[in-house]
Amino acid sequence: MHEGTPLLELTGATVRFGAEVALDGVDFRLFSGEVHSLMGENGAGKSTLIKAITGALPMDAGVLRLDGETVQFGTPHDAQTAGVRTVYQEIDLLPNVSVAENIVLGREPRRFGLIDWRRTRELACTVLGELGLDIDPASKLGVHSLAVQQLVAIGRAISTDVKVLVLDEPTSSLDFDEVSELFRVIRDLKLRGVAILFVSHFLDQVYEVCDRVTVLRDGRLIGEYLTREVLRIDLVQAMLGRSAAALHTRARADFGDDATEPYLSARGVTVNPGIEDADVDLREGEVFGVAGLLGAGRTELARAITGIDRLDAGIIRISGTRQSPRGPHDAISLGVVYSSENRRTEGIVDGLSVRENVTLALQAERGMLRRIPSWRQQELAASWIEALDIRPPDMDRPAGTLSGGNQQKVLLARLLALSPRVLVLDEPTRGIDVGAKVEIQNLVGDLADNGLSVMFISAELEEVLRVGNRVAIVRDGCIVDTVPAEQLTVDSLLALVARPGDADG
Amino acid sequence: MTRTDKPTRPQTSLAARYGTFMSRHSSILPTFAAVVILFLLFAGAQLYFGNFLTPSNLSALLLNNAYLLILAVGMTFVIVTGGIDLSVGSVMAFTGILGAKLLADGLPAVLVIPLMIAGGALIGLLIGVLVQYFDVQPFIASLAGLFLARGLAFVVSLSSIRVEDPAVLWLQSTRFRVGDWYITPTGIIALLIVVIGVLVMQWTRFGRTIYAIGGSEQSAHLMGLNVARTKVLVYVISGVCGGLAGLALTAYSGAGYPLNGVGTELDTIAAVVIGGTLLTGGSGYVLGSMIGVLVYGTITAVISFMGAEQSWTRIIIGTLLLLFIVVQRLIVARSERRK
Amino acid sequence: MKSLVTHRLFWPVVALIALIAINTATRPSFLSVTMRDGQLYGSIIDILRNSAPLMLVALGMTLVIATRGIDLSVGATMAVSGAVALTIIDASPTPHEPSVVALAIVVAVLVSLVLGTWNGFLVSVLGIQPIIATLVLMLAGRGIALLITDGFITTVNSDPYKFMAQGYILGFPFAFYVSIVAIAVVVLVERRTALGVLTEAVGINPKASHLAGVRSRGIVWGAYIASGAMAGIAGILYSSNIMAADANAAGLYIELYAILAVVLGGTSLMGGKFSIAGTVIGVFTIQTLISTITFLGVPPAASPVFMATAVIIVVLIQSRRVHRAVRSLIRSLRSLGGSAEGDDASARTAQAGSGSSGDESARDETKVTSR
Repeated sequence: MHEGTPLLELTGATVRFGAEVALDGVDFRLFSGEVHSLMGENGAGKSTLIKAITGALPMDAGVLRLDGETVQFGTPHDAQTAGVRTVYQEIDLLPNVSVAENIVLGREPRRFGLIDWRRTRELACTVLGELGLDIDPASKLGVHSLAVQQLVAIGRAISTDVKVLVLDEPTSSLDFDEVSELFRVIRDLKLRGVAILFVSHFLDQVYEVCDRVTVLRDGRLIGEYLTREVLRIDLVQAMLGRSAAALHTRARADFGDDATEPYLSARGVTVNPGIEDADVDLREGEVFGVAGLLGAGRTELARAITGIDRLDAGIIRISGTRQSPRGPHDAISLGVVYSSENRRTEGIVDGLSVRENVTLALQAERGMLRRIPSWRQQELAASWIEALDIRPPDMDRPAGTLSGGNQQKVLLARLLALSPRVLVLDEPTRGIDVGAKVEIQNLVGDLADNGLSVMFISAELEEVLRVGNRVAIVRDGCIVDTVPAEQLTVDSLLALVARPGDADG
Repeated sequence: MTRTDKPTRPQTSLAARYGTFMSRHSSILPTFAAVVILFLLFAGAQLYFGNFLTPSNLSALLLNNAYLLILAVGMTFVIVTGGIDLSVGSVMAFTGILGAKLLADGLPAVLVIPLMIAGGALIGLLIGVLVQYFDVQPFIASLAGLFLARGLAFVVSLSSIRVEDPAVLWLQSTRFRVGDWYITPTGIIALLIVVIGVLVMQWTRFGRTIYAIGGSEQSAHLMGLNVARTKVLVYVISGVCGGLAGLALTAYSGAGYPLNGVGTELDTIAAVVIGGTLLTGGSGYVLGSMIGVLVYGTITAVISFMGAEQSWTRIIIGTLLLLFIVVQRLIVARSERRK
Repeated sequence: MKSLVTHRLFWPVVALIALIAINTATRPSFLSVTMRDGQLYGSIIDILRNSAPLMLVALGMTLVIATRGIDLSVGATMAVSGAVALTIIDASPTPHEPSVVALAIVVAVLVSLVLGTWNGFLVSVLGIQPIIATLVLMLAGRGIALLITDGFITTVNSDPYKFMAQGYILGFPFAFYVSIVAIAVVVLVERRTALGVLTEAVGINPKASHLAGVRSRGIVWGAYIASGAMAGIAGILYSSNIMAADANAAGLYIELYAILAVVLGGTSLMGGKFSIAGTVIGVFTIQTLISTITFLGVPPAASPVFMATAVIIVVLIQSRRVHRAVRSLIRSLRSLGGSAEGDDASARTAQAGSGSSGDESARDETKVTSR
């Protein structure tokens, strides 16, 4: 394909954080005019590698070569000037300022020392035209959808000479058409000789648009493959270090029939603009999986049926009685609890101790006057720490110092301490190492066996299939279908989640 | 999506034009509301008094509020970055009394005026450094500036000092007349500051960086903009405006007085917010702040016309401020829900 | 862990003790207390008495700051409260009647409660930024106070009212007892009930608390009501001290002093964990500072310069950058012999920030939503 010298070459990259080794002697190369994917599980070292390439982190060892010359980027700005640009998932642009300005700010065309707005607009029009974006360059960035904002971010990155373009999870919030658009832009850039680093966990997309794949695991380079030569199953094996088939959690007790009355029943649930006309039944003892792309409306669905967001339409029945919970406090009193996907910003109160975090919801339920006595708090905290194996088992430690997996357990303890009937978990295993992931998945199964209704939302399709009895597919704000898990495979689920139209079963 | 070389111009139906306008200039809405209010005030006052909208009254409006206008321009810079400057009233008093003292001691005005401005700039620099390099919240840092400036004012003098210097007095007593309209040099200075403010905010990278910081400081940094220097400079600018306002006020009252400007920072913030600048930063216009100052000035003038107590001014400004904030909040809440 | 601050009250106490020590060194009479006619006199007693208004306001401010808010209107509320009380007493034909005085005080505090409720409504129901919401009352409140007193400085002659700020019980100033009671009430309510920990949760992470079922609206609203009530009582004490209702001077800048006291005591302006004990120490520190300045002969008008210096010193001490500089200074002193490599690694740990716990870092999450 394209041999010769790589445009960007990293040899022996090593990065340590204290005693921990994030990257261990990793080699990486990128050729101009290719689309290259970086793959690996969470914690494999992908983001560390990107930070090393883009100057956001210094390396302890290793040599970086760009265009044959050894370079050292002290700051991201150095990398940008050298032509290495990154478009992150969180749009790093300015929503309050026009599209044209976002593209141009930092290197605006000037006349007599003042900004030449006419040339700015022209420049922006050119860039937008190249991307095929039909938007008004004078409009504020914030009025546009995330997909458009992302393309504008790419526009900014390519508006001056770019050699390497790093795209970090670019398709997570895009629908099918938007993904096609993005891929068209990527292919155009390829033809221009730009080297593109495409970081994504969507295997299908990687196979569709990338030429080569580099797999990292535990900070080490596992291999570099041509996408046309490597099988999916081998790629997954390289990422996980074991075959996917061996990853089954323990079998769940056979779930009963459909005749049992659902504990929570939602019909026609609509919250504008996130979720529309959704029907959900949560039964005792069942794990109800929810799968969909990010931004499809899964969290909106969860927040709608747990009463956290006000419904614009729809009816919720709990134990047969119609209810209208107006917020988490009401929902909790009805036995319905919700665990947010943003564990750090909407879950853990990091300044409070583990004990205080665990007893928080219970205390809130009892009201502010009836304080839970200290001995009882300690009793509760200790029993949950033991039951969920929270480490370190120190209840007076600030909860913010715990690792992601243990924080998630603290959150679960908090919710379970309320003795709920319905447990809605939004991305509970995100950003957690594999060991803790399996613990939590097993726990969910145990809870269902004990009679709880669990709604389990996850972007990892394998996980949803492993844990759920039935799976609801959410796309563009609607529940497209609800299917028993045995009838699905990862690929068929992926098809339902990513594509519009008639793919069924 | 079709590929085009130029984005197509939107259709010219009224709804589409409104949509385009809003997507480009939604942040001008609060300022527009301020203009409407000013208009209503003028109309109402004219109807009530019959002789309110005369050239001499309107000229007096600028004359009496020149100091506030200067302060408001500086404050706009600070607030658009998402910060706040509580020291402006005290800085105005300090530079005023400092100037008066130096003039009384015999220094020529040509030396004293730059010193006044430098004094304001130094305090602004202190605040800016605290905010940017020591992570102090702007509220606390400018609070320290407030205390410092007020204290320094009293160190200079405990009582008022008259200004006899002809150069300074000229700034206020001269009137350039065009028919019944007149303007003083201080008025010209104030308007000049406004023009410079507009120019900088809309046509320089520095000004655009200010909006960027207000929009998302992290993004601005990642875009390679010099966030640190800009953040410090806006406080210096506010300090410079404080110094100029001190000059204007001293010329206006013919004396420096250490107790000047108590509460003026609040009036300034109110004028800027009423003029359409969001306290959260990222949007706002210098011209809007000028409208806000005119609103403030008109209310004060109307109240003095009515012979009512001046305490009503503060109450009305407070209520207006409240109205603006509630409406701003509702608009923000609605656009957040729509996302 | 032996680092700079072993206990969060460590530095505030050290600062206060240092200040007292400096005072005693320069004027040995500072610590002396004499008894006359059953009443105690002395600099220390003055501090205990004069600090009462600030103590009350600072207590209320602590609660508000803990909810991530701020209350700039307390000075104006003090003015209104004093104006209301004195106008009632002035209008009464029997200003020396205790019942009249009691009525005046009750009404004044009720009015302050209403003002606090107003603030709380703006912040907790309408969701307006606390600085702005309370700025409105700060602007308008003094105007309202002036209207109540018709623009004059109302003076009255009323012995029971005078007792508030100038009377003595068991040798100690009555105002001091007011302080003590206020502190006791706040501590009891915050720590004996769950209000304290729930307030901290709301301040540290309002969204998480809301999802956990905490009634954040009530807590935030309550904090402003409390702040208003405290300011009302402080207004009574202030006007009782000068036996006049001065709408312009009452509580001037007291919100700033109160915020300073709270920050000195270790409570962060970002909200969350708060310390009543810290605020108490902070108030005494400020009052002692004021006393020091007065004693040094600095004209009271110039005391703001010292306040400014104090503010700057405090924030510098609390600033992370200074901590980092000091830490690296200590480290470089220690490494004249120790391991330099450990320094690099730990420096990078600090640089990498939250990512070092191993599982997560902001950009590593490949499944982050952006909404």
